[in-house]
Amino acid sequence: MPRLQIRAALAGAALLSLAAGSTAGAQLGSYNPVAGPQGTFAIKNAKIVPVSGAEIASGTVVISGGKIQAVGANVAIPAGAQVIDGTGLSVYPGMMDSGTSLGLSEIPQGAASTVDVAEVGSFNPNAQAIYGINPHSAHVGVARVVGITNVISRPQGGIISGQAALINLSGYTVPEMSVVPRAAMVISLPSAGGRGGQGGGAAAFLAAQGGSSGNTAATLLRTRQLDSLKQLLHDADAYGRAFDAYENDKSLPRPRRDAVLQSLVPAVRGQQPVMFTADAAADIRAAVAFAEEMKLKPIIVGGRDAVKVAAYLKQHDVPVLFDHVLALPSREDDAYDINYSTPAKLAAAGVKFAITSGDCCSEVRNLPSIAGMAAAFGLSRADALRAVTLGPAQIFGVSDKLGSIEVGKMANLVVTDGDMLEAKTNTRYLFIDGRLVPLDTKHTQLYDIFKGRTLTP
Amino acid sequence: MTATSFPHKSLETISMRLLILAVVATTALAAPVLHAQQRAAAAPILIRNATVMTVTRGTQANTDLLLSGGKIAQIGKNIAAPAGARVIDGTDKFVIPGIIDPHSHMAADAINEGSLSVTSMARIRDVINPTDIAIYRALAGGVTTLNVLHGSANTIGGQNAVIKLKWGRNAEDMLFPGAMPGIKFALGENVTRKNSAGFTIPGIATPPRRYPATRMGQEEVLRDAFMRARDYKATWDDYRARSGKDRSLIAPRRDLELEPLAEVLAGTRLVHAHSYRADEMLMLLNLADEFGFKIKTLQHGLEGYKIADEIAKHGAGLSSFADEWSYKIEAYDAIPYNVAILMRHGVLTTINSDDDGRARRLNIDAAKMIRYGGLTEDEALSIITINGAKQLGIDKRVGSIEVGKDADVAIYNANPLSVYASVEQTIIDGEVFFDKQKDLALRDAEAKERAVLEKADANTAPAPRGRPGGATGASAPATTPPENR
Repeated sequence: MPRLQIRAALAGAALLSLAAGSTAGAQLGSYNPVAGPQGTFAIKNAKIVPVSGAEIASGTVVISGGKIQAVGANVAIPAGAQVIDGTGLSVYPGMMDSGTSLGLSEIPQGAASTVDVAEVGSFNPNAQAIYGINPHSAHVGVARVVGITNVISRPQGGIISGQAALINLSGYTVPEMSVVPRAAMVISLPSAGGRGGQGGGAAAFLAAQGGSSGNTAATLLRTRQLDSLKQLLHDADAYGRAFDAYENDKSLPRPRRDAVLQSLVPAVRGQQPVMFTADAAADIRAAVAFAEEMKLKPIIVGGRDAVKVAAYLKQHDVPVLFDHVLALPSREDDAYDINYSTPAKLAAAGVKFAITSGDCCSEVRNLPSIAGMAAAFGLSRADALRAVTLGPAQIFGVSDKLGSIEVGKMANLVVTDGDMLEAKTNTRYLFIDGRLVPLDTKHTQLYDIFKGRTLTP
Repeated sequence: MTATSFPHKSLETISMRLLILAVVATTALAAPVLHAQQRAAAAPILIRNATVMTVTRGTQANTDLLLSGGKIAQIGKNIAAPAGARVIDGTDKFVIPGIIDPHSHMAADAINEGSLSVTSMARIRDVINPTDIAIYRALAGGVTTLNVLHGSANTIGGQNAVIKLKWGRNAEDMLFPGAMPGIKFALGENVTRKNSAGFTIPGIATPPRRYPATRMGQEEVLRDAFMRARDYKATWDDYRARSGKDRSLIAPRRDLELEPLAEVLAGTRLVHAHSYRADEMLMLLNLADEFGFKIKTLQHGLEGYKIADEIAKHGAGLSSFADEWSYKIEAYDAIPYNVAILMRHGVLTTINSDDDGRARRLNIDAAKMIRYGGLTEDEALSIITINGAKQLGIDKRVGSIEVGKDADVAIYNANPLSVYASVEQTIIDGEVFFDKQKDLALRDAEAKERAVLEKADANTAPAPRGRPGGATGASAPATTPPENR
């Protein structure tokens, strides 16, 4: 059985980046080298951390056709497979950062033309991240080489910000990256008052101006905005029913098409989750209550004060994408570790949660150490790992294809030389959609160019 | 610090603040005068059986560490506990030198005096707020010393303050005695204000246009200021040279703007220069060479890796972010390998936080440098400890665990380069300023107190709780203990 050395077998793959000054694998106009074909691979003698089950001290993972074909301590390696000796290495499922705008923003400050995060206006359900993501953003490569294979990238701003996309961080085009193009609707309810609501636009701004007139104006505006939002959601529901009726009985008058209402139908029918950005306890409660009233399927994004409403969240079975682990405590008298320890408290309270970077783009790469920080403050290491793998996959209803190493799932795998959440750990091999992804990034490219530069005498 | 660090002797006699520094300098020479923070000598602390990461002399397992008289008194096995010593079981614990953050704006009530392009007269030490809660939070991240810098709004900014995070003390007690005075310079986008121009946000003032608006103007501002400072220094040097012989001479007028720059020219004030792009750093290094002074540190210096040899040749240090990038144009070529490349080219390199939040996890940022460029554990620790001490001119006092140095250490429950580690205690000058167990206990006590108060009848005065002059009405809040604020 030919067991090709992986290094030799894959032209343009990870290790070529070691050649000084090499731009092998990187394409003109892209910082992110393209992955290889969906071959048959076997990673043997590796520690396997499936997340969904017990660790395997030494075993084999077989990948083929983009899927995980076999996992276990005693797995036969198919003939012709490209074999990676995983001795001393560990295999993890790829991480998912479920709270980003990756690909929608390149340089947030001073380069407004590289930022496509927020549409104009308050209600933009048809603004779809999948149409704004730049596959050649330098952030894609930088995030994936730490083991982040997937992100939920979402639009921001306004009240209905648009629709978030679940993508693989690999692909020359957006369709190649897309896993669930319309993974969730994103809504920021106008803040219920006080500080800390992320969204709300003008109402929050007015409230922040303070004073009784500001508060009154904010309350009025908030009420009006909520009414408009409800009206829009009711209209979408009616729109969906009208089309269903027409489909059943073509003698009825054909309803007029409306792109905005149509885009809301999956959400109002509970088929598409709705990400509500909310941090303050009152805003989290308000979002859950609103979702119940409108029969939406809510996911809380932000969740700064989620511990305060943990019982409520559990009772209503609402998950949280917590993005405050590394944030400073928001109140002066908060415990110094209030945000570090929130995931542990959510776990203890039985609330479903994921840990996210909460960063639009360049700091997404910190996701593993963010999860690790939660583990330093009470969360079990297994739960920390789950909070960036299977946890978000379950929250977004994609645990049939992502989040763990199980037969039949998409082969998004990370082979590391240590604990994947440790800051010092190196990724040795990265598979996305069953393709070996070169580990070159914009950063390694610059490193290779300049590390040996000396002053010419 | 030696007396020769202060050639402007005549200036000091007039300047109150320089007088203070002169006293400090004299004190350092004469030794036995105690600083304010050493007045109440803390009981000795013996940490038993810990892994001691000295940074400069390797890592020693199962080792005892004795802190006494505010200093590191002994490192070794089976150290006998002195009478009255507090003994800490260090089993499975890791001790490192207190973390030094070479770029912070913590505890500064004001950061930018950005109304002029040269504000060398403004001083951060005048606006230190010792009650900033960020201090306590940074202590909980193992930080003991900060370089609190003026902001980056103008080409020549204000003077820095090096402080120890003595939570609960006043601002004067936090100032690091004998630390080299410094000044902030800034280049690039923050100075040209291109990022803040053009947006009009209701209720938020945008800065007015101000010279310089380009990198060309920044060079000119520096050149103009140093030409004036050179003349000023020459005038004073001339006066001092002649005043001994001719006592009728009248001293030149003091200029609070040029005096710190004259100190830069004399080598008694360190320049910490905010800069991003390689070209602007090179401009500054060349200008400094031309005027005959040194840039002590390039702050951020995110493109430093492109000119590592030039930086090494000038002798400048560099204090980088570990892996921040792409937040603005001049940070788009920032790479996390910056630190590794600079270190391999012989540049004295550190990482900093520039942020109250990030200051709490510099140990994790250091660990990233093992991944990006292959630093050893000791090298990774050095960029948050001893190298920062060298950049601030305080390496005789802090930055490593060596006998005779200040007893500034952080005790972790695991290797501090692991994301799973957290700080148990942070000690400065032999005194515990952060203790996780104490924090948790106080938190419990507060929660209980709160529960009682919330159940209390608002219309009935609470019973006195045994405090002197105890509250007889509901309006007299108890003084919060400093650890609990």
